[in-house]
Amino acid sequence: MRSSSGKTVEAPSDDKRWRIVTATMRRHGFERDAVIEALHSAQEAFGYLDDAALRYVAQNLNTPLSLVYGVATFYNFFTLKPQGEHTCVVCLGTACYIKGARQILDAIYTQQGLKPGQTTPDKKASLLVARCLGACGLAAAGVFDGEVVGNLTPEDAITRIEEWVNHDS
Amino acid sequence: MIVEELNKIAVDERQEQAQFNHHLFVCSGTACLSAHSDEIKIAFEHEVEQRGLGKMCAITGGGCRGLCAKGPMVSVEPTGILYQGVKLGDVPEILDSLGKEPVNHLQADLNAHFYQKQHRIVLEYSGKLDPERIESYIAAGGYNALAKALTEMTPVEVIDQVTRSGLRGRGGAGYSTGLKWNTVAKAQSAQKYIICNGDEGDPGAFMDRSVMEDYPFRVLEGVTIAAYAVGASQGFLYVRAEYPLAVKRLKSAIRQAEKRGLLGTSILGTAFSFDVEIRLGAGAFVCGEETALIASIEGKRGTPRPRPPFPAEHGLWGEPTLNNNVETYANIAPILQNGGDWYAAIGTEKSKGTKVFALSGRIVNTGLIEVPMGMTVREIVEHIGGGIPDGRKFKAVQTGGPSGGCIPEQYLDTPVDYDSLLPLGTYMGSGGMIVMDDTSCMVDVARYFMEFCMTESCGKCVPCRVGTAHMYDLLDKITRGEATLGDLELLEKLADMVSKTSLCGLGQGAPNPVKSTLRYFRDEYLAHIVDKVCPAGVCKIHHDKEGVLQ
Repeated sequence: MRSSSGKTVEAPSDDKRWRIVTATMRRHGFERDAVIEALHSAQEAFGYLDDAALRYVAQNLNTPLSLVYGVATFYNFFTLKPQGEHTCVVCLGTACYIKGARQILDAIYTQQGLKPGQTTPDKKASLLVARCLGACGLAAAGVFDGEVVGNLTPEDAITRIEEWVNHDS
Repeated sequence: MIVEELNKIAVDERQEQAQFNHHLFVCSGTACLSAHSDEIKIAFEHEVEQRGLGKMCAITGGGCRGLCAKGPMVSVEPTGILYQGVKLGDVPEILDSLGKEPVNHLQADLNAHFYQKQHRIVLEYSGKLDPERIESYIAAGGYNALAKALTEMTPVEVIDQVTRSGLRGRGGAGYSTGLKWNTVAKAQSAQKYIICNGDEGDPGAFMDRSVMEDYPFRVLEGVTIAAYAVGASQGFLYVRAEYPLAVKRLKSAIRQAEKRGLLGTSILGTAFSFDVEIRLGAGAFVCGEETALIASIEGKRGTPRPRPPFPAEHGLWGEPTLNNNVETYANIAPILQNGGDWYAAIGTEKSKGTKVFALSGRIVNTGLIEVPMGMTVREIVEHIGGGIPDGRKFKAVQTGGPSGGCIPEQYLDTPVDYDSLLPLGTYMGSGGMIVMDDTSCMVDVARYFMEFCMTESCGKCVPCRVGTAHMYDLLDKITRGEATLGDLELLEKLADMVSKTSLCGLGQGAPNPVKSTLRYFRDEYLAHIVDKVCPAGVCKIHHDKEGVLQ
């Protein structure tokens, strides 16, 4: 059954972005089933979920922290680590795999030493993989800073990442 | 709003559209957007304004035309001319040609098999509708089915039409939609829920993404009709967070429908009230399983539970819940409009209607297609799909995602429907079709799917959690050329055990890609194990490790 606490707990800091998270929880009446929605909006606001965010959501939704942590680590979309300034997502859907996604990842590893989930030491670029972007018509596909790029080759991917790493933006 | 107002919106919109001599639709689907169709749309708008054509030429972002490989696509109405691979520099030439001869070198051949062999019901407005305006949908006949259901039919009559149509669940399981609706309708409860499953998790499938992006109102209309039929007052659209455009369009569609009185209280002036909320998925494949999906909507980890009780009796927050796939709902409005018998006349004896497929992999025409049930694999791959590029040789089509199998060349003439593919060791699935040629290693493909299932296993039941990991290790060993024939035997035993003892479809289906590739491509497995070679040249086998056998 649904249950709610009704009262709000103070945000961990006076960062205005917490208001977005609070607003999401309020829209769901601070009910427990808003955990995923709240984590989505926290990740959208801060880029990742840190301890403070997990605690804040748990307290406001009157939910054990273990449960919120469980949710945050269960779903692939949530990340507990901060991302680099730029992100490259390589799609590993079947169509992309057939069309050489693995070669793209191999090339990125050879050139930049990046494995999926890692960030360059200068925090410029992060490499992520996606299960399937649903852009199979464009295989192999990748997302560079939110922009979907189709018919991606290992050379394209490396050029784009090198631009991030070698230039200040 | 009442029904008369609905008609008025349609008439007004049609009049407004009729003012324009030409209406250009620039595809705004994910594939075309990534080919910068948004910039092309802006260029058209700019050029039209500069030429002072604003009163006679309308530019709209349109839905997907299906041929994603050749985007960006631009269609011109009312002539129906379709252009493909449009670049910024082509914009003036296309505008010059309006009302005259079309630009030949950009024109798509609408007589090609790709278009001619399709039968579009779900995608009937393909490319001719503005997915962001409810008026555009209403003018095309949208919401007439809901109006008909609410004002002329009882819930029982609605379910009767859906049952007569023979529609079966488009998520892949193929359970009769009418029967499911009937069970929920008969459940006694003051509160019932509707779920629309838009958590399209199969890698290599993007049918539902396109349907949600291009026809958000059609999906909403289907969901609303379902709610009326089963007596639900609250609905949830569960959509993958990986589909931001679909989420955006559905959100906007809900707002517009609410504003027009097509959602909310007293829909179309009747006593029927229904609200819809969007819930974002968070990247867990198992959430395609209905009990896991329900747990996820409740804000929990998406782990499945044993059935029965089925969600139709004990679902969301313990209440009777109707859960259908996006494409299933998208079929509802045309079924009510044209009658269940009309729908049942399409397709095969046991699989009625049409099915949307996402064609991808090593094929010329990658994209989205809709064909009548029962079309052969060969017609889909060779005629509509245009065959294999680069003079390569066809090897297999993979269907059903990580729970499916492959169809080798000797079975290309098998009809595609719910039942015909089962004896081949695969199933139709939700609609992903990935074509492979001789550059693909089938052991590597099996390893790929097992890695997927291993990672996506929720960990609740042991056979799936441990079994998929062991099978992955064995497959990995084979691709490295380090396995023995004993390993192969163990792999086959494990495959049987995991499929028979896992809790949900994820584990039960996980061994299918292994079983299927072993059935048709056992020689490739043996080549890796005995001869230490990968016939397709995909796997990296280090020959200095040959000693591991001894």
